[in-house]
Amino acid sequence: MAYDSTYLRGKAAIVGAADEVSPTGELHLTERELEVKVIHAALEDAGLKLSDVDGLFCTGMMMPSLELAEHLGIRPRYTDSTMTGGSSFEVHVEHAAAAIALGLCEVAVSVYAQTPRSKGGLTGGMAAMMSAFDRKNPPPFLEWEMPAGLMLPAGAYALAASRHQHLYGTTSEQLAQIAVSTRQWAQMNPRARYQEAMSIADVLNSPLVCDPLHRYDCCLVTDGAGAVVITSAERARHLKKKPVYVMGVGTHHDHAMMISEMPELTVTPGAVSAPKAFNMAGVAPKDIDLVMTYDSFTITVLMSLEDMGFCPKGEGGRFVEDGKLGPGGSLPTNTNGGGLSYTHPGMYGMFLLVEATRQLRGECGPRQVPDAKLAVAHGVGGVLSACSTVVLGTEETL
Amino acid sequence: MSRMMMGTSPHAEPFWKATEDKKLVLQYSPETARYYHYPREPIVVSPKTGAVEWREAKGLGEIYAFSVMRKPGNPSMGARVPYVVAIVQLEEGVRMMTNVVNCPLENVKVGMKVKLAWEELPKGRHFPVFEPA
Repeated sequence: MAYDSTYLRGKAAIVGAADEVSPTGELHLTERELEVKVIHAALEDAGLKLSDVDGLFCTGMMMPSLELAEHLGIRPRYTDSTMTGGSSFEVHVEHAAAAIALGLCEVAVSVYAQTPRSKGGLTGGMAAMMSAFDRKNPPPFLEWEMPAGLMLPAGAYALAASRHQHLYGTTSEQLAQIAVSTRQWAQMNPRARYQEAMSIADVLNSPLVCDPLHRYDCCLVTDGAGAVVITSAERARHLKKKPVYVMGVGTHHDHAMMISEMPELTVTPGAVSAPKAFNMAGVAPKDIDLVMTYDSFTITVLMSLEDMGFCPKGEGGRFVEDGKLGPGGSLPTNTNGGGLSYTHPGMYGMFLLVEATRQLRGECGPRQVPDAKLAVAHGVGGVLSACSTVVLGTEETL
Repeated sequence: MSRMMMGTSPHAEPFWKATEDKKLVLQYSPETARYYHYPREPIVVSPKTGAVEWREAKGLGEIYAFSVMRKPGNPSMGARVPYVVAIVQLEEGVRMMTNVVNCPLENVKVGMKVKLAWEELPKGRHFPVFEPA
């Protein structure tokens, strides 16, 4: 079969979405309990049952999709534990769409839950790296970056920001505007962690964490969970809610945990993943009604917008400074309040998909983007290491 | 407080051994005719022969990116806060994560020329840091 870069266009759809967050940042359930809760909520949203699920996608340490299936009491015929950090769930959508298109499964669930706020301290991949490694052959990060005292993840993103400021004159005010626009969306979301008004001065007056990034350039640390249900376009048309079609997908990574291995710190792997996704969907950035882009830090948003093609490389600061990302702006971005103000349990990419789905269904109340038909969910995992882009669309975009 | 190290890898032993004499050596593959840093297992850089060379670097470069840590990245760095973490691009073409020392924070800039300096580690070894050239 000859490779067709647009083969997956519109073959699968997100038909169920759910998330679990709290304005306190804390959820009083274990990660396993949260996974099960949001899976059932997403299936209910789709009008499907657990017994319909034949593809299971999650992240974790040791055979995570096997453990989860065992707890759920299901025996999926397609299993996927792909772990690319925060972009894992966009990759899951890509893999699910491919598996569904080939008939390897029909109803796929991707799930995420993490509770760093309740647990305190390191969780997830970093905790795993620090707890179990061989001092006689340590992972590269521990031998070559940790001894310099690089704080992760903020320090890595700060290094990228320093270079972007040097090459392009990007200012801290421009970065702060991203946090401010995102906060304005969060003020319309009663489930957001931070809902107080915030100004550029508030961001710039917050303590420096790693220059040039201030406290409010950095994402939250909250508990959170989410799940999406993906099925074939055919089956999607007979379910409870309007299908949200997977129009284009693309993934790319160019280093792992060491930011010093990144080929060029101001160009993320999104410069490859996003054009692949847009090409498959047959659309361009100018066609997009809603951008859900990973906001671990303000600089992540700025460089991702450039790399996805919403503005030329280096123009990100000038592009965002008029507030166009916020409510009423020309490019509604991170309408749930983002990782900066809504929730961020460590691998935020799931919430990009959940919000994009809700927006394309018209379920977002006061923060609804009018007539939203095309959205992009763009995950960034690791330290700008792995980007995965998903273009989603309503029936009329097919 | 001595700088925190979490162990060193066997394939990087020539790198760390050379620091006893305050020499910065870089892994070089004759197969691909290029330098590698961080050092990889020999078969990674020279899959056909496993041959690697260790060539002394000039110790000159420029700051590619930097950030001032306002909180310590690991417990051993607490007393140094605020300190500069930088990616330095060496003249040999590789980059390394390091610190810029002996320079007021406000003077550190991307593109600044720097040269090698050394900080003592236990057991007679040294950690490569950089200072203004």
